[in-house]
Amino acid sequence: MTLRPDLAVIARHVAPRTRVLDVGCGEGELMAELQASRQVDARGLEIDPVAVERCVARGLSAVQGNADRDLADYPDKAFDYAILSQTLQIARRPDLLLDELLRIGTSTFVSFPNFAHWRNRLALLWRGRMPVTRHLPVTWYETENIHHLTVRDFDELLLQLQVTTERRWFFANDREIAPAGANWRAEYAVYLLRR
Amino acid sequence: MATARPLPTTSLQLPDPLPLDSGQVLDGVTIAYETYGALAPDCRNAILVPHALTGDQHLASPHPITGKPGWWVRMVGPGKPIDTDRFFVICANVIGSCMGSSGPAATHADGRPFAMRFPVITIRDMVRANVALLDVLGIDRLHAVVGGSMGGMQALSLAANFPDRADRVLAIATTARHSAQNIAFHEVGRQAIMADPDWQGGNYYGTGRSPDKGLSVARMAAHITYLSEAGLTGKFGRRFQERPDGTAGGRSFGFDADFQVESYLRYQGLAFTDRFDANSYLYITRAMDYFDLAEEHGGRLADAFAGTPARFCVVSFDTDWLYPTSESRSLVQALNAAAAPVSFVELSAPHGHDSFLLDVPALDRVVKGFLE
Repeated sequence: MTLRPDLAVIARHVAPRTRVLDVGCGEGELMAELQASRQVDARGLEIDPVAVERCVARGLSAVQGNADRDLADYPDKAFDYAILSQTLQIARRPDLLLDELLRIGTSTFVSFPNFAHWRNRLALLWRGRMPVTRHLPVTWYETENIHHLTVRDFDELLLQLQVTTERRWFFANDREIAPAGANWRAEYAVYLLRR
Repeated sequence: MATARPLPTTSLQLPDPLPLDSGQVLDGVTIAYETYGALAPDCRNAILVPHALTGDQHLASPHPITGKPGWWVRMVGPGKPIDTDRFFVICANVIGSCMGSSGPAATHADGRPFAMRFPVITIRDMVRANVALLDVLGIDRLHAVVGGSMGGMQALSLAANFPDRADRVLAIATTARHSAQNIAFHEVGRQAIMADPDWQGGNYYGTGRSPDKGLSVARMAAHITYLSEAGLTGKFGRRFQERPDGTAGGRSFGFDADFQVESYLRYQGLAFTDRFDANSYLYITRAMDYFDLAEEHGGRLADAFAGTPARFCVVSFDTDWLYPTSESRSLVQALNAAAAPVSFVELSAPHGHDSFLLDVPALDRVVKGFLE
């Protein structure tokens, strides 16, 4: 099974034999990959009970819970990495969630869709409609995304929260692209953060 | 349907006296148990399944009194989630019970039944007895301990008190401590038994009278806590019970079992007295009420699990109001704080607390996956 490109980048940059918390782990694709290829001790947090059941059924450790509420239970620096993939935009308070991730993990990976991608800008500018694209496929009234953000917005938040960006990766058409003009060109981004 | 072929119930006497939380020591403890499957030459494929309050060692074999299939036959057997083709599965009657292990109905050294002279026991005492049995069987380390309800309490207690004895701990529909509400329901049951004149201060053995009325009321009250309101409504609603002559039921303007739910509960209560000893019910409910795993470990639940390398899986059911999901969540919080590898899932099932015994395919998948 091939991992989503943002997950593949994360998987490649997690050091072997470390402890990882995957927040919003879904059915455990990333955890399974990390365990198999890098002997990582991976734990997941996932809100959907059916997805958690699938994780457990494949031998992974996953806890059913809500990232907005249940991360408070984890001790400081309990993990080498906290990972939040494509979940920031559905959090009730992304800034507080980010704080929690940085508290629990020594390093934190965050991936998110970039709302300032040119296709989204065109949809708003020319059609005057909220964009429905491959990476934001759901209409405004059905989408779980309640906090749309752009690469620039995220950089601004990191500045405010005094978070260090160790590395960034940008993607368009499921391929990594150069960082130049990323706020126009990237469909989504992966950040490696540390505080 | 393939079923596990157990050896008939075996019993053995523990070689050493059993120290109890009360400070007393129990000599010559008998443990009645059943095993299923074969123990691997390296002894690493054993799974202990502690039973619930009114359960027994007949995990996957017919009950000798009722003739009903074992209480977890849908979970344990060849090719089932707890696969007896792969695992050596052990189920022992808890001490204090009445199906062959030492309890209040057992004979004291003076030749008469213990009755209320049997020492008050705790969940940890039950676990000590189970561990002593494992010692006799030559099993150092379990592949897993798997329990629901009071069986789950024993699984947690084993992990906390004997951290090196189990690689995996699966706790289903359970709690790390009995709540005030849990204790309250049990107290109703105990008072019903002790208020029955036939209880005779517990010394009813051999008198030809036993507190069946009290025990049956205790069971009726407890049985309600095992079901969900939606389950009761779905099963019985306000439907009337058909009359014995076959005519349609209705309001009798008396106190017969007019409603189906009354008739059902009366039957459940009565049937229970055929297979269970009232004093055992007192002792085991007492043990459950005393259960507070945090208290045993300095008041912090996380400390109970500080030393264990085991993997944990906690399962709750959304309609279980006896041991609700919130209790499982506190347990998971503590396990996370102790950095134990833990999985937790709340499964959706309509049957209330009893869901762990009934047809919930998602539970089968979780159990099977976790034991891999």
